[in-house]
Amino acid sequence: MAEQIALEVTRFSPGRDKTPSVQSFDVPLRKEWVVLDALNYVKDKVDGSLSFRWSCRMGVCGSCGMMVNGEPKLTCATFLTDYAPGPVRVEPLKNFPVMRDLIVEITDFLGKLSKVKPWIIRKKEKPVSEGEYLQTPEQLDTFKQFSMCINCLLCYAACPVYGLDPLFSGPAALALAQRYNMDSRDEGESERMDILSQHDGIWGCTFVGECTQVCPKHVDPAGAIQQYKLTATQEWVKSFIMPRGAK
Amino acid sequence: MATYTEYPPKGYRVRMSTYWWLARWPYLKFILREISSVFVAWFVIETLLQINALIDGPLAYAEFQDFFRNPLVIVLNIISLFFVIFHAVTWFNLAPKAMAVRMGGKRVPNLMISGPNYAAWMVVSAVLAWLLLRG
Repeated sequence: MAEQIALEVTRFSPGRDKTPSVQSFDVPLRKEWVVLDALNYVKDKVDGSLSFRWSCRMGVCGSCGMMVNGEPKLTCATFLTDYAPGPVRVEPLKNFPVMRDLIVEITDFLGKLSKVKPWIIRKKEKPVSEGEYLQTPEQLDTFKQFSMCINCLLCYAACPVYGLDPLFSGPAALALAQRYNMDSRDEGESERMDILSQHDGIWGCTFVGECTQVCPKHVDPAGAIQQYKLTATQEWVKSFIMPRGAK
Repeated sequence: MATYTEYPPKGYRVRMSTYWWLARWPYLKFILREISSVFVAWFVIETLLQINALIDGPLAYAEFQDFFRNPLVIVLNIISLFFVIFHAVTWFNLAPKAMAVRMGGKRVPNLMISGPNYAAWMVVSAVLAWLLLRG
């Protein structure tokens, strides 16, 4: 028989269980298998009721984020062999309410994301006949890193500020706001400023920096937030020096 | 069609432990970094007390020096020095994150931001050491 590894999975059924419990499954330890493969093995061969989110299995969709041995990971990019001889502990993403087994409720994030207006805002749209809004590679380069976010929410699971204060906008929403602020085609910075410079916005961040460490797409949300703190402070000073013309 | 509701079912919420910062080394490092500000404040108070003693004359200053020779104060100051250095190093290392300076279309490497900070620190320390130790 092939080598096995123990997969300890959090189980929770709303309505039936009061608190989550742990169930252990023995799964084949294959060199090419990621944690998500092991979960799918359990679902297909052992217990079809095991619930978890996944889609692309190639680190693009951002659906399969879970805690693996206490760290937020994309399970499609986390190899079982790295945890041999095991056990591998798989839990739902921290800091979110658990709906069932490994599935968390993310409506809170979706609300926060749309609040920061992560889209290109123009004071006046130009007609389609005038063509696209052009951008040089240098201009693209200023925000490209922040645009790689796949909303997997590993950064929220790593952020103790979000865990302690659910009102905090959180790393991904703030980084995406900064992504549009830095876009040369965008004119919405002052509109976003009012939302971002609130206590629950950038100033909620205490720069723990773990969001950046766990980000599978190297977005660096911590950097984005600190950079925006600098911009907001400059704007604040400017509003003192030039009370009328700051915006 | 399923839509997101404004008030979804609450689900099971895990409360964060009071001791969350002990769970992982990066969290503990963050807390130590935040606590370091207390020791920075302690050094500021100490300096103010020293200046005050200096103003009050030789007797007051001798008293202050006695206070400084107390083993407990020496231990506290050694711990404070460690935290102040930790504070400075983490501050300089984080500076490049907040400052995204671009030159010639490219972002300036981190070392170009933290480097001058370290250099300035060394120069100021050297000048102070020269002033205090020249005999």
